[in-house]
Amino acid sequence: MSTPVLSLSGLHKSYGALKVTDGVSLDVMPGELHAIIGPNGAGKTTLIGEITGEVALDAGTISFCGEDITRLPIHQRALRGLTRSFQITQVLPGFTALENVATAAQAHDGSSFHFFRRASSESHLNRVAMDALAQVGLAPRAGMVAASLSHGEKRQLEIAMALVSSPKILLLDEPMAGMGREETEGMVEVLMALKGRYPMVLVEHDMHAVFRLADRISVLVYGRVIASGTPEAVRADPAVREAYLGEEDFA
Amino acid sequence: MAETPVPPVMPAAPPLWRRIWLPVLVFALLAIVPLIWGERFILGLVTRAMIMAIAALSLDLILGYGALVSFGHAAFLGIGAYAVAILFTHDIVDASIAFPVAILAGALFALVTGAISLKTRGVYFIMITLAFGQMALFTATSLSAYGGDDGLRMFHRSEVFGSRLLANDTTFYFVVLGTLLACFLLLKAIVASRFGRVLRGAKENERRMRALGFDPFLYRLAAYVLAGAICALAGALFANLGMFVAPAYMTWQRSGEFIAMVVLGGMGTLIGPIIGGIGVTLVEEWLAQITQHWKVIFGPMVILVAIFARGGIVKLLTRGDR
Repeated sequence: MSTPVLSLSGLHKSYGALKVTDGVSLDVMPGELHAIIGPNGAGKTTLIGEITGEVALDAGTISFCGEDITRLPIHQRALRGLTRSFQITQVLPGFTALENVATAAQAHDGSSFHFFRRASSESHLNRVAMDALAQVGLAPRAGMVAASLSHGEKRQLEIAMALVSSPKILLLDEPMAGMGREETEGMVEVLMALKGRYPMVLVEHDMHAVFRLADRISVLVYGRVIASGTPEAVRADPAVREAYLGEEDFA
Repeated sequence: MAETPVPPVMPAAPPLWRRIWLPVLVFALLAIVPLIWGERFILGLVTRAMIMAIAALSLDLILGYGALVSFGHAAFLGIGAYAVAILFTHDIVDASIAFPVAILAGALFALVTGAISLKTRGVYFIMITLAFGQMALFTATSLSAYGGDDGLRMFHRSEVFGSRLLANDTTFYFVVLGTLLACFLLLKAIVASRFGRVLRGAKENERRMRALGFDPFLYRLAAYVLAGAICALAGALFANLGMFVAPAYMTWQRSGEFIAMVVLGGMGTLIGPIIGGIGVTLVEEWLAQITQHWKVIFGPMVILVAIFARGGIVKLLTRGDR
């Protein structure tokens, strides 16, 4: 039994009387794709925020690669390889696709307190960035300003930025949100290709995608994990069936 | 996904002449001014305009590239000017000492006030920089040993390693022009560097930059210190121009004027604030000669540019370039 890459234990968070995270504990093992599903308002995005440090916890501990990171600020966690994508895409809109990814690479390539050398002519950063853009199928768009990319392309761009961030884990917050069928299919292929290379936490509404990709699924309802296990076990779980009653996707 | 080989083409930059024609034109015009108009008045006016351009340029680093609206930038001009004048009264008249002291004083004030004010955002940042600016102003007025409200006079310009080189107005003009060019090239390099990229990125999307592993605060603070230091250098030159300093150098109205120079010229470009700084100074002077109610004319001009020339004068001039 190997040790988990990411381990959440006893996480609690309330906004007033509303418990958004209520005693969540779960482990993500090396190479595992761990999906988190649950109805709207279950606290999935909040949970991602707690792992990345954007949301302060009331109680509980988070350990990452054997280190307690509960009190670390966002950027320190990111530098340790805790890499995320956002539910609503977050790119640098005025930068080109290439510069977006090169900036991500720069964060993990020594100090950024260099004042004189042109960053855009650092060829190794650009090479790493082009490589990642190619992996997500965005190479032909490298020179375009990120703001002018389509929604799906911005998603792909975020994945490329994650790939060059020396990730030790990928936290993907609804990477298929707002995508058409074809784009979703493309993203599933990208994630299939990445599966096994990095442990991943995938929050996603698209059940077809989740059941194709996940090694393990945890079901979050009202801030609680009501079930956790293999896709087959979760699919058969009566409590899960009840929580998803009426949602036709869940078949 | 990508079975096809990666096209090795990097995105192409626009041709060189398109990127440099405007700065080359501006600096060439400034270089020939003394050859065409030798009169002291014109020379002094354009020298003052260039000093204001250095100050506006420094503000642009934090305003245009960092999206930080500082309403206390004139404090740095005053601090640099006072550093030179105060040292002068203590018989330290050489620029080789006075100028570095002025720059350090500006940097130190920026470090302390920046560390506090950069913890805030938006309107709060504007208010807190305004407050620090006013504190500097009131400190200057209360310095009774150094002239208080009336200011402080220098009997001659700073010496350069013992020589009275700067006493010649034309020489001083070219020293200021050289400083402006040096600051322009320095900031040009900085905004394109790794550091500049992080600063620009934090303006584009702060949340994204944090998630990538950058702490925007440190980069903004460094930019703030750099801007303070350069503006203090402008202050040191300003003290030498009129051989006089006064608390009026650091009023919040002047800070507002710097913002106007950056915005009208074109923030987020470096040639913009230079054009804005020089343009605003010259237009003010010209209008003031026509009527004492020049602000009635100047105000609407600012409004017109703000409405019809978003992106400033530079945007208008370079519209066909891209």
